[in-house]
Amino acid sequence: MTAVILFAILVLVGVAIWQITKIFELSQFRQTKDDSQVANDQDNHRNGQLMFAFLVFIYLITIYSFWAFGDVLLPDAASEHGQDIDRLMWISFALIFFVQTITQALLHYFSWKYRGRKGQKALFYADNDKLEFIWTIIPVITLAGLIMYGLFTWTSIMNIEENDEALVVELYAQQFNWKARYAGADGVLGDANVRFLQDYDGLNLVGIDASDPNGLDDVVVQELHLPKGRQIIFKMRSQDVLHSAYMPHFRAQMNCVPGMITEFSFTPTTTTEEMRQTPDMAAKVEKINKIRYENSKALIADGDVALDAYQFDYLLLCNKICGASHYNMQMKIVVEEERDFNKWLAQQTTFAQTIQQ
Amino acid sequence: MGADHAHHKETFITKYIFSQDHKMIAKQYLITGLIMGIIGIAMSLLFRLQLAWPEKSFWVFETFLGKWAPEGVMDPNVYLALVTIHGTLMVFFVLTAGLSGTFSNLLIPLQIGARDMASGLLNMISYWLFFLSSVIMIASLFVESGPAAAGWTIYPPLSALPQAQPGSGLGMTLWLVSMAIFIASSLLGSLNYIVTVINLRTKGMSMTRLPLTIWAFFVTAIIGVVSFPVLLSAALMLIMDRSFGTSFFLSDIFIQGEVLHYQGGSPVLYEHLFWFLGHPEVYIVLLPALGITSEVLATNARKPIFGYRAMVASILAIAFLSTIVWGHHMFISGMNPFLGSVFTFTTLLIAIPSAVKAFNYITTLWKGNLQMNPGMLFSIGLVSTFISGGLTGIILGDSTLDINVHDTYFVVAHFHLVMGISALYGLFAGVYHWFPKMFGRMMNKNLGYVHFWVTAICAYGVFFPMHFIGMAGLPRRYYSNTAFPYFDDLANINVIITIFALIAGAAQLVFLYNFIASIFYGKKAVQNPWKSNTLEWTTPVEHIHGNWPGEIPHVERWAYDYSKPGHDEDFIPQNVPLAEGEEELQH
Repeated sequence: MTAVILFAILVLVGVAIWQITKIFELSQFRQTKDDSQVANDQDNHRNGQLMFAFLVFIYLITIYSFWAFGDVLLPDAASEHGQDIDRLMWISFALIFFVQTITQALLHYFSWKYRGRKGQKALFYADNDKLEFIWTIIPVITLAGLIMYGLFTWTSIMNIEENDEALVVELYAQQFNWKARYAGADGVLGDANVRFLQDYDGLNLVGIDASDPNGLDDVVVQELHLPKGRQIIFKMRSQDVLHSAYMPHFRAQMNCVPGMITEFSFTPTTTTEEMRQTPDMAAKVEKINKIRYENSKALIADGDVALDAYQFDYLLLCNKICGASHYNMQMKIVVEEERDFNKWLAQQTTFAQTIQQ
Repeated sequence: MGADHAHHKETFITKYIFSQDHKMIAKQYLITGLIMGIIGIAMSLLFRLQLAWPEKSFWVFETFLGKWAPEGVMDPNVYLALVTIHGTLMVFFVLTAGLSGTFSNLLIPLQIGARDMASGLLNMISYWLFFLSSVIMIASLFVESGPAAAGWTIYPPLSALPQAQPGSGLGMTLWLVSMAIFIASSLLGSLNYIVTVINLRTKGMSMTRLPLTIWAFFVTAIIGVVSFPVLLSAALMLIMDRSFGTSFFLSDIFIQGEVLHYQGGSPVLYEHLFWFLGHPEVYIVLLPALGITSEVLATNARKPIFGYRAMVASILAIAFLSTIVWGHHMFISGMNPFLGSVFTFTTLLIAIPSAVKAFNYITTLWKGNLQMNPGMLFSIGLVSTFISGGLTGIILGDSTLDINVHDTYFVVAHFHLVMGISALYGLFAGVYHWFPKMFGRMMNKNLGYVHFWVTAICAYGVFFPMHFIGMAGLPRRYYSNTAFPYFDDLANINVIITIFALIAGAAQLVFLYNFIASIFYGKKAVQNPWKSNTLEWTTPVEHIHGNWPGEIPHVERWAYDYSKPGHDEDFIPQNVPLAEGEEELQH
């Protein structure tokens, strides 16, 4: 069915193109026959007008996109540094829109305004050092500001110092799922290597070295829990190919590289529950559920089961191509109050308990 | 060797196949590039269908993908293979070989006043190596386990281990072999361009009188010679890792239930090597397009290009900077964050020469007498997409902001606009403008107008909304978004994008028809249809060996004396001597 519709669309597009060509040709009929295939005054005039129309099109598509899709842009940040990133992001965006609006306007306006006419001669204007200096120096100054701002933020995000307050969590990537490891009571992650993965009939999920006492109280889980308001230091590993731990709500991303440990750190500021209640998120979830409801109708008509209602949860996605199921390599993140977190952590089985079974 | 063009008898084979004439080689490059382009674009339409209507059955999938689309539903591995080969074909085969290969070959000897390239033989070998690599790349589509599918950047270990995905088997081997041959071809071509520009300029053609096209091709060739060998070494090391048990890029790997022997290598090393070519490659693609635009814009505006010196300086600055910014693809690869700071700094510096170029183009239009030929439209379109796409580079080049949008659709939108669409526009501008020189006939202008306007609208229609889904956090290279209900509200945007993409694809058929039909039935071209100043338009319409029947013309002035006061015509070809008392512009 879709194929038929698609085919019909393509045919219609073909017809439309053919007709536009016809119009171009017919409108040329009236004047003396010119088949040089070099643009004449009429072509210049018409295409000049289209250039101006195209400027309007660019503005309209910009405005329309913001109006129609604006709600999906940058969800509220849920980490401390996320707000810094967003501020810089909006400053950069404001600058981009300013420059974009002006340069596109000049480009297309000139294309219309100075369209060729017979007998008209262009201005011989080859150089102006002052002008060129101005539009070299303005980007220099603007960019210097952006670079400085960016570098300060970057350094403060990426400068990760070990400290007693912080919670160390290992993120472990494999085709095609995630695991997380907590350090347990001693606060130190035990040594680990892929060589140990086959020990204990595959129960050693992330390859902890059983001879390292630090590892015995480690906890390995399939769902990431984070306490609100406490700095988290992630140590990332991968057992097979490159993966990337992407947590868009926390403005966090770092590749997981086999053979080395990479790091990222942030402090969550909003629990899952609080995030669900923000007006933006509530509206988004409502919209998604409406879409899912509509899709379910079609599914039920085909004899399938309906889609579940959606409830917001923070996401950890894989964002580095890693194979067939790359598109479905995810882990749920739960941000909760410190005491709930501690309660949850206490319920998990430690590595020592796992290998004794 | 140029001057001797003794009339030895030409057979079909020496004239059309193993030709050493730069004009014929240019046409060979163009046609091979266009065929690869058709395949690359067709692939993008296939995976756009999948993205708009995920996991739906389409008869086109069944027809083209066969057993890889059981009952017409695309397999995830095939999706990855399609995006990989689409990227490879478009970046290397269409926009590097197809664009640079065509126009460097055609224009360097013609515009500098040379009888041919410095070495016709190397030039011919360069083309045939390119052809061979194309054949191998296409052959890889037909192997049992499928073509390479690790993304066009083929990061190991995914690309190194056949256990990781089926495409990393024979398909990847063929990909690597094809690219190694491609690089050899590119190096031979580039060396030839460099030598030709330096040694074979006609009398009077000083470097400061070179048309900007030649400057762009010349500098592009230098970047290619500097950076392509590094990719070759990366490819060779990857072949070693794959087939001979070395561990350059691999360490501590457990896959499919077994621990592999690799120890001590690092995938990050591969990323460095790849992007040391990969980023300059962006400019290898873009600079020729900008060079073509400079020429087409000035000719059709009937005005000198504004700020010739600044344009040359910015080409040189971009070329230099392009070799020290590769790390901005690796901000979150795990490399030292301090390197991230350095690369942010160098990357954002590129915005300066780029801005100068954009402003100079706009000023070139100011108070011009714009002749809206199809080539001109594509050149204006290039400036537009170059600005739109380039500006978002301010976000991606900033390590802080890159954290959140890295590898999302925001990146896809950015690079498609700034290098994909812009370079394609450059290619189209070049084809429309120099078609009379290549084939002695004119292309139909009305079909050209339709081609441009439909393409221009669709290009923004496709890539503008992509910024939004990227900012929403949607990663690229996802076979479908259905695994995340969180992205359900982006589904309708994906449908819009796909519809624009299909229309854009259809518009390219208009171009193809125009191109082929005009070769045979186009109106016969006059010697200088666009009233241009450069030397290629002083050669006869019918191609001859050695380009000029008599002596090579001498160059008396720069290439941009359009609408010069005190002259009746609004153009003065470069070989016309300065009139009594006329001064050459000091540039």
